[in-house]
Amino acid sequence: MAELTLVEAVNLALARALEIDPDVVVFGEDIGINGGVFRATLGLQARYGKERVMDTPLSETLIAGMAIGMAAQGLKPVAEIQFMGFIYPTLDQILSHAARLRNRTRGRLHCPMVLRAPYGGGIHAPEHHSESTEALFAHIPGLRVVIPSSPLRAYGLLLAAIFDPDPVIFLEPKRIYRMVKEAVADDGQALPLDVCFRLRDGSDVTLVTWGAMTHETLQAADRLAQEGISAEVIDVATIKPIDSATILESVAKTGRCVIVHEAARACGVGAEIAAQLAEHGLMSLYAPVQRVTGYDTIMPLFRLEQHYLPTSARIVTAAKRTLEAA
Amino acid sequence: MNAADKKRLLREMLFARRFEERCYEAYVERKIGGFLHLYPGQEACAFGVLDAARPGHDYVITGYRDHVHAIKCGADPKEVMAELFGKETGSSKGRGGSMHIFDTKHHFMGGYALVGGPFPLAVGMAKGIKLKGGDEISICFLGDAANNQGTFHETLNMAALWELPVLFVCENNLYGIGTRIDRSTAVVDQYKRVCGYNIPAAQVDGQDIEKVHAAAKIAVEHVRSGKGPYFLELMTYRYRGHSMSDSNAYRAKEEERMWSKRDPIIMLRDRLIKAGEMSADDYKKMDDDVLDHIENEIIKFAEESPEPKVEELERYVLADNDPWVKGGAH
Repeated sequence: MAELTLVEAVNLALARALEIDPDVVVFGEDIGINGGVFRATLGLQARYGKERVMDTPLSETLIAGMAIGMAAQGLKPVAEIQFMGFIYPTLDQILSHAARLRNRTRGRLHCPMVLRAPYGGGIHAPEHHSESTEALFAHIPGLRVVIPSSPLRAYGLLLAAIFDPDPVIFLEPKRIYRMVKEAVADDGQALPLDVCFRLRDGSDVTLVTWGAMTHETLQAADRLAQEGISAEVIDVATIKPIDSATILESVAKTGRCVIVHEAARACGVGAEIAAQLAEHGLMSLYAPVQRVTGYDTIMPLFRLEQHYLPTSARIVTAAKRTLEAA
Repeated sequence: MNAADKKRLLREMLFARRFEERCYEAYVERKIGGFLHLYPGQEACAFGVLDAARPGHDYVITGYRDHVHAIKCGADPKEVMAELFGKETGSSKGRGGSMHIFDTKHHFMGGYALVGGPFPLAVGMAKGIKLKGGDEISICFLGDAANNQGTFHETLNMAALWELPVLFVCENNLYGIGTRIDRSTAVVDQYKRVCGYNIPAAQVDGQDIEKVHAAAKIAVEHVRSGKGPYFLELMTYRYRGHSMSDSNAYRAKEEERMWSKRDPIIMLRDRLIKAGEMSADDYKKMDDDVLDHIENEIIKFAEESPEPKVEELERYVLADNDPWVKGGAH
């Protein structure tokens, strides 16, 4: 079994999907001959041909809209947007059409497409190349928003996203594209969508996160353990529709919750999770829910980005605050 | 086009005219909601082009003035009217409304409310057709004002670069909502704007269905034979305002009178009468039949249909029983 990085696992899942289903097509800017800006599609055009692995113009609206048209023809399009900061021209197509075709036609038409985009900070890039705006998409009914946090989950969740009958925004945390390697079997086995993954069991506090922040959060859990505090870590993975049952179940056990995301704080997905806890889990809480997030500002340039991104120290502090409360 | 075809198309256009006029009344009676954009004046465009193509086989999308295109593709007018009434029997169970008619069975892939929004979909569909090796073509109806959206240019570029089977049909009715084309658009002849993409283009009289049909035949053959996209501009006019809430005060009466003399239905009718193919009485009977059909079958169906199911309000957001939420292998 090959040891793969997250971006290699993305490549493997794309290759697997192209291999087993002739309806799968992959396209985007620079993804063919050049193999993509992060090399996620490396070698795919050579193997599957330029009719199925297509370089497109720098026309993001078109890329998203074409994917919808292809989906309407029974294809399973997987489009890449080079950086999340370039995804906004697609919003009109995604929000107005992809997310609504099923509803608008009462199920006669649906939209099995995936829009992949690397997202998040920590690679010394400018604002559009570093931001985390997943909550924009999570607000839209009719979309799935899926974020893997490890090579294994990248492989399994991307396969599920490609074969899922509804549109999926698949956001890849690019800071950890090559951070760790993991054994990934190319067995075509998809992981379940719409469920959280429990990365670590614990009894004192629940740490909820997704994407690259799972690493800081697991580090924080290690540091808390050294101080005798047992933290449970949950990777939300599908942030829309969110598996609040798993989060509520964990908080029912621990009575404390810290939500960690690198996106800006206001109206972030953390706010939705906190609201779910307030609505359905208030009686199990011993302490106010804590959020450790980015700030309500534009993602800063590289010299300040480490101040913007949540750190394990900030997560530890927030976790201790929940323990001090009760 | 032989006399029988002309008579058939006359009847189809007359039906479309009366259908739309009846929609107007139903909207005023508050039986139709969700806005309403009517087609009278432009009938020769949809019927001339689609009759030269293969309706029901070729994939068609259009903007929000979409009832007539859907019906010509094969959508049941009863279901279209029920959709406008917002009823459960509508083509989208009363959830799409006037601007979002769909009939995927007849390859009518949608009316779209947002101006310029569906252009990229037409190219995606054409790519899908090409990949699957079908002989269908993708037909994208669009309005003149939509051509000022960025999607117009992104779409033309892609269609030309990949030599995709798309026929663009621009129904140029001279107004983008209430703004005349020379006040919104630097180049008023839309076919000229396409030359920069190396797409063959033509401009024809959109009020004369024989001319539209002849031009569309050339265009359809070009696209179906694998030579890539084609752009057809049809000069036309809508008799009513942009939508029901548009008082239509921005157009000169003289201009309206001029276009009313070029009515596509009257022109074809008079030609048939002059050629001795039909009499004024025949036409009157045709009109009576059409009105009867609309009132006694179509309106009756829409009126008597049940309300949409409130218990299904949250359905059709994502798939029911989606196996991929449980994992699985492929």
